[in-house]
Amino acid sequence: MKLIENVSRRDFLEGALVTGAFVLGARLIPGPLWASEGEAAPAPLQPGLWMAIAPDGAVTIVAHRTEMGNGIRTSLPIVLADELGADWTRVKVEQALGDPKYGDQETDTSHSVRDFFDVMRQTGAAGRLMLIRAAAAQWGVPPAECDTSEPHFVLHRRSGRKAGFGELAESAAKQPVPSREELKLKLPSAWRYIGKDNHHLYDLPDMVNGKARYGIDQTVAGMVYAAVERPAVLGASVKSHDDKEALKVAGVKQTVVIDTFKPPHGHQPMGGVAVIADNTWAAFQGRKKLQVEWDNGSHVGYNSEQFRKTATETARKPGQVIRNIGDVEGAFAKSGKILEAEYYTPHLAQAPMEPPVAVVDVRDGKAFCWAPTQDPQQVQKTLADLLGIKPEDVVVHVTLLGGGFGRKSFQDFVAEAAVLSQKLQKPVKVVWSREDDIRFGYYHPCAAMYLKAAVGPDGKPSAWLQRSVFQGSASTSDADVLYPGQDEMDDGWTDVPFNIPNHRAESGQARANVRIGWLRSVTNVFHAFAVQSFTDELAHAAKKDPIQYQLALLGADRKIDFAGTKYQNYGASLDLYPYDTGRLRRVIEIAGEKSGWGKRPMGKGRGMGIAAHRSFLTYAATVVEVEVDNRGQVHIPNVWSAADAGTVVSPDNVRYQFVGAAVFGTSLALFGEITANNGAVQQGNFNDYPIARMNRAPRHVDVHIVESEAPPAGVGEPGVPPFAPALYNAVFAATGKRVRELPLSKTKLV
Amino acid sequence: MIRFKVNGKEKTFGGDPDMPLLWYLRDVAELTGTKFGCGMTLCGACTVHQNGAAIRSCSTPMKEVGDAEITTIEGIAPMHPVQKAWMEIRVPQCGYCQSGQIMQAIALLKDNKNPSDQDIDTAMSGNLCRCGTYQRIRAAIHQAAGQTA
Repeated sequence: MKLIENVSRRDFLEGALVTGAFVLGARLIPGPLWASEGEAAPAPLQPGLWMAIAPDGAVTIVAHRTEMGNGIRTSLPIVLADELGADWTRVKVEQALGDPKYGDQETDTSHSVRDFFDVMRQTGAAGRLMLIRAAAAQWGVPPAECDTSEPHFVLHRRSGRKAGFGELAESAAKQPVPSREELKLKLPSAWRYIGKDNHHLYDLPDMVNGKARYGIDQTVAGMVYAAVERPAVLGASVKSHDDKEALKVAGVKQTVVIDTFKPPHGHQPMGGVAVIADNTWAAFQGRKKLQVEWDNGSHVGYNSEQFRKTATETARKPGQVIRNIGDVEGAFAKSGKILEAEYYTPHLAQAPMEPPVAVVDVRDGKAFCWAPTQDPQQVQKTLADLLGIKPEDVVVHVTLLGGGFGRKSFQDFVAEAAVLSQKLQKPVKVVWSREDDIRFGYYHPCAAMYLKAAVGPDGKPSAWLQRSVFQGSASTSDADVLYPGQDEMDDGWTDVPFNIPNHRAESGQARANVRIGWLRSVTNVFHAFAVQSFTDELAHAAKKDPIQYQLALLGADRKIDFAGTKYQNYGASLDLYPYDTGRLRRVIEIAGEKSGWGKRPMGKGRGMGIAAHRSFLTYAATVVEVEVDNRGQVHIPNVWSAADAGTVVSPDNVRYQFVGAAVFGTSLALFGEITANNGAVQQGNFNDYPIARMNRAPRHVDVHIVESEAPPAGVGEPGVPPFAPALYNAVFAATGKRVRELPLSKTKLV
Repeated sequence: MIRFKVNGKEKTFGGDPDMPLLWYLRDVAELTGTKFGCGMTLCGACTVHQNGAAIRSCSTPMKEVGDAEITTIEGIAPMHPVQKAWMEIRVPQCGYCQSGQIMQAIALLKDNKNPSDQDIDTAMSGNLCRCGTYQRIRAAIHQAAGQTA
């Protein structure tokens, strides 16, 4: 246990602090670090960890989560600013280095606000109390007579005296840090910014004037550039290489072999030959002239079409039971009418607009990194292992990300730069091309899903069996893993909310032969696709309206009892975040209302479809309207999304996440497919891995956010899972064609 | 030796004439506002203006720059009406594609003072956005058009 000192804060704030600034570092109560806490008592408040106030009144707030278009550099600092009583326009945000003292910094799984909302509130409230006490002491008045009704000032109501935060900073810093019990958190009705559309995104001006700096924009004095020729097949190693021609390219200095990882690959470099040059272009050109022979290894046999056949067969056979209610086999035996369907979804690549890139400078026993990473502490762990240094000697500057979507949760691209820098003893920037990004990914897995239901005369299922077979991302850390992890099953498979008396969910075995990772909303993508498509199929088979049918399946509002089933509920307690079917019902009803479901005449080739899905603790329902033209091309005139994410910090940002999710969903529904043959991914750029352009994206996405005081839930990902099934259900409504595989480009509709 | 202007400043370049303008701008001129996304004119992140017309700098070798006047996002007036609309409507999410989007939008509005939705689709569909900001891009272009009419 150690005191966190002023000096170390000064380091990471890179000189932003001024003498006399409101930094409580020296007065911190020694305490355990957040990340190492189990279920112990909450750590003491540490305002000095998160903020500083300068004598001129400028408030600096630390953003410790990664900004990748999720708006998190605004949404958490503004919570602190609100409770502090600060004026947001006078707040400067500083990005934290990777450091366990901030707690979790892994920005994926849509849990930033969920996990840190209370911390930010309490920290802001603590700062506010210290400022008020300092002012009250100066004026000789009771603190209870003071407030921050004017942002950035403490006001003594009775006398009208006021003092700015800057004036008070030095004396406030001398106040003891309050305990949680002393804090007066604002009532939601008193929030100035939280829940309102009155503040602008912190980084907006720089994103509009070209000054925003991403990982790819980072430079360091003395830096060299590297382009890496990697093996097409996972696990292959360099047998021989010839760099004679590469070295002739102007600007190319040398080549360096990067050893292939020892399985399991984790976050290690894939391996290959790096071309080192004095600019990006020369490195890219030099790489084209390399001749490399590979030892291919065992994954060379991977063919994704073959995997599809195998996985589809596996899904037809009994697997590992994830959830079991009643007696599915008995109900099937008794039932007259059985419906079965098989669904298939391919590998996908996240394809953020900024490809992976990193700058690492290994010197004096430390590694200094600048990277667009979603997980700076993983960078610390990975580089510490690779370089033989301590994690605390890996200094990770997190830049803005030109998109992440899960790709930048895997640190192989930073590891490459580190290994090269250690060898070359100078800073190295490894730049990935788009082809590298598409071909050397951590892919969304392929999934084969089998569903079977027994339906009664009213069309409702008396039994429901669902089986999902896909390559688990645990293969990243365990080369021999056969079944997916609990978390991947709990993403939309374990928690199907329908009230069905006999219900079994299973998983099946599958081996990974490419790196498997996480793509925005992860396995929810295909789990929602299968469940919500099948539900729609059952509705149509029963000749019932799909919304009415799904609401009937949900049954009476209840908090689902998962007794007897292992269910991680996204790491949240079911007490705080129950699966409340009434909230799912509500968003379905809202999406139905807003879209004019059943009330608008649909002309030829037009149809509407609905899907609803809870993920990352948020309830989302989406209605998609399609128009299928006479060439069979699908246009999307309208999308209506309803979402209940509990307490929301920046409503405009949350709406925009759901708009973005609809476009992201369009790409995977209409176009996205990564395939592999002989172990190698076959796609390479946006010509053969198309993503939605303006002319194919939904024309208009309307998002309704349910107002709620429930605890905050995820917003970055939950818009994705319902989109593809809603679109496919709309295509069925429009054409009578039921398609059971993604993407739609593989099916001729006309 | 190639002599040209970037954002009004005289520049010379004696390096590899096949180097794309994009990498000259980013690595040599240290103007990193223009971004790399695909390297084959499929994404538009590299869009700059050459004598006022939008080009994809990733596929414009330096030898084709000639004596042109190149304008990058850094050279756009402090608050061009397009940038103002981008701010008011809060267009960016991650922001990476937005320099290219803005440069393409400015070129569109130069040629077409009041574009229809269809005109906007045609002009802007070469610029990819993975975050999905298209509907606000469209709205911002209409707003900027309204303001400069």
